[in-house]
Amino acid sequence: MTPDNTFEAVATAVAAHQHLPGALMPMLHAVQDAVGYIPADAVPTIAKALNLSTAEVHGVVTYYHHFRSAPAGRQVVQICRAESCQSMGGEQLWAHACVRLGLHGDHPGTTPDGAVTLEPVYCLGLCASSPAMVVDDKLHARMNIQKFDRLVAQAGSAA
Amino acid sequence: MIIYVPCDSASLAVGADEVALAVQAEADRRGLAIELRRNSSRGLFWLEPLVEVVTPAGRIAFGPVAVEDVASLFDADWSSSHPLHLGRPEDMPFLQKQERLTFARMGITRPLSLADYEAFEGFAGLRKALQVSPAEVVQQVLDSGLRGRGGAAFPAGIKWKTVAAVQATNNQAAQKYIVCNADEGDSGTYSDRMTMEGDPFMLIEGMAIAAVATGATQGYVYIRSEYPHAVATMRRAIELATAAGFLGDKLLGSAHSFHLHVRMAAGSYVCGEETAMLESLEGKRGIVRAKPPLPALSGLFGKPTVINNVITLASVPIILARGAAFYRNYGVGRSHGTLPIQLAGNIKHGGLVEKAFGVTLRELMFDFGGGSASGRPIKAVQVGGPLGAYVPESQWDIPLDYEAYAAVGAVVGHGGIVVHDDRANMARLARYAMEFCAIESCGKCTPCRIGSTRGVEVIDRIRDGENRPQQVALLRDLCDTMVHGSLCAMGGMTPFPVLSALNHYPQDFGLPV
Ligand SMILES: Cc1cc2nc3c(=O)[nH]c(=O)nc-3n(C[C@H](O)[C@H](O)[C@H](O)COP(=O)(O)O)c2cc1C
Ligand code: SF4
Ligand code: FES
Repeated sequence: MTPDNTFEAVATAVAAHQHLPGALMPMLHAVQDAVGYIPADAVPTIAKALNLSTAEVHGVVTYYHHFRSAPAGRQVVQICRAESCQSMGGEQLWAHACVRLGLHGDHPGTTPDGAVTLEPVYCLGLCASSPAMVVDDKLHARMNIQKFDRLVAQAGSAA
Repeated sequence: MIIYVPCDSASLAVGADEVALAVQAEADRRGLAIELRRNSSRGLFWLEPLVEVVTPAGRIAFGPVAVEDVASLFDADWSSSHPLHLGRPEDMPFLQKQERLTFARMGITRPLSLADYEAFEGFAGLRKALQVSPAEVVQQVLDSGLRGRGGAAFPAGIKWKTVAAVQATNNQAAQKYIVCNADEGDSGTYSDRMTMEGDPFMLIEGMAIAAVATGATQGYVYIRSEYPHAVATMRRAIELATAAGFLGDKLLGSAHSFHLHVRMAAGSYVCGEETAMLESLEGKRGIVRAKPPLPALSGLFGKPTVINNVITLASVPIILARGAAFYRNYGVGRSHGTLPIQLAGNIKHGGLVEKAFGVTLRELMFDFGGGSASGRPIKAVQVGGPLGAYVPESQWDIPLDYEAYAAVGAVVGHGGIVVHDDRANMARLARYAMEFCAIESCGKCTPCRIGSTRGVEVIDRIRDGENRPQQVALLRDLCDTMVHGSLCAMGGMTPFPVLSALNHYPQDFGLPV
């Protein structure tokens, strides 16, 4: 996205949600859906539209795990680390993903080449088919290491 | 020929869309006219994708179907000669032994078909509610004995009565809200997700009944961002229900209006706590509010608000349609009706079991669940989500009942059951419980904010064998402070999994048995 496009996307998201009661969350979702993250310079625009301080908006963006303040990698991989998935090898899957992507398990983030962002999630509601994960909005259950390699390689982003 | 392929997330996650495409392609290749229907899931997740074909003998199931199986299914003419043939779903023991009231339509209907919904008793409850007075509706819910399914098990009727009783004497109280808590953050739970994705009109109907009963005209469904399919299905279902007159101005031509909206959460566990959820809905950080005031009196935007879990609200239509006594007669003690129990984790037959209260864990894990998925002995079961206790084998025969569980320091919660086999290390799981609390704490009160981080450190020292007896005493003391000093159940219940692990599995902490 170019800076101009980003500016426009933010303005559109703001205008579309400004009238809602408790508009901030829907607005932030709309910005993130359009831009991929909440750009720092969108914060004052949002604050102004809702008559809030930038600190308040910043506080909300950073409070919620779902909102990003920086762009993600070209592929986003979320692995469930909650109990049900743990009981079926979810932690081994997580460890494998970290090794394969060359990321640190405690603060994974994005691979240096910008290919993949790895994130933990705490339950996808697929607990009867654990372990589970998400690759770019697509759900995968009954995961194992071979399946992981296939999915990540498929997208051409093997580390 | 009519062929059903589910569209529930848990089916999609194991390839249901690909199977549906393959079924259509194979039929086209053979020049066979088929009607492909996307139903909800019956909740037998180890068999998903579970494909059904309509025959003169009823619907016949096959599963789990992979894309590679599709050609051979056509070759076998979808007959019992195919190895994936399962017979009629309703004859399968896993379903036969259930008592499905709220999940009666699950897997049978198409989620967004109003016609399917109405063909199976849909909107009968709302129509009844509109025939009697609002006070009578509240009385029915009171008499049914329905208690909140979100965790705290508070009687739904009392909450509704409180909101209904607030008179619109001034502008302050004129607006009332119904808020559905669809945050379902507990590991091992998915019945809210299944309801929203699989039978969304049932939740809409329950919320409309709540609105009629209390005089609320606006409603919100607060859905976690981890459930994008549920968000999409609910949004579409609301549009369809509004167009058909089940929502909006003058519900079914009555004097009641009710407008429903979906709001997406953003990945914070504590936002499932009702007051944190209200803060989030108002556009703030989801930090717990002190009570009082009760949300029933001063809730969303300071107005009287009913807050109920998805399953609580979804249980209301059948109560109205069939009467309070019908529902109340299910269950044991003061736990009335049925609970959708969610079998998860290391379990062979993971899936949704709706049963009247009173069923035991042993029945659930072995008669329904078929034992562990790994085939190894089951060691521990966490019931009621990440804040629920680990239940050891000595307690597997206790009837599922809010009071009976509370008596042994366990909780029923939202009915999630996560099974662990003998490879589970309970000290590691106890540490995880503290760590989860540290990650998700809203930070408002010290016992939870600081205590959870200290808890992780103390458990690490116990596991490393540093001054073990002193550290164990310290951990117990810390848990005591969290239980008694926390503002909400996040800090107040994290000690449940921690202490149950410590008490029932001391060997995993390096302690004598
Ligand atoms: C940390 C925490 C998380 C909670 N998460 C949920 C949740 O995800 N869904 C839910 O319905 N209730 C949750 N609750 C319980 C709610 O605060 C509240 O009791 C419930 O939504 C009321 O609805 P009910 O009476 O129908 O159960 C949570 C409570 C706490 C303390
Ligand atoms: S117990 Fe934890 S989550 Fe609950 S109010 Fe206190 S700090 Fe917040
Ligand atoms: S615990 Fe992983 S999907 Fe629920």
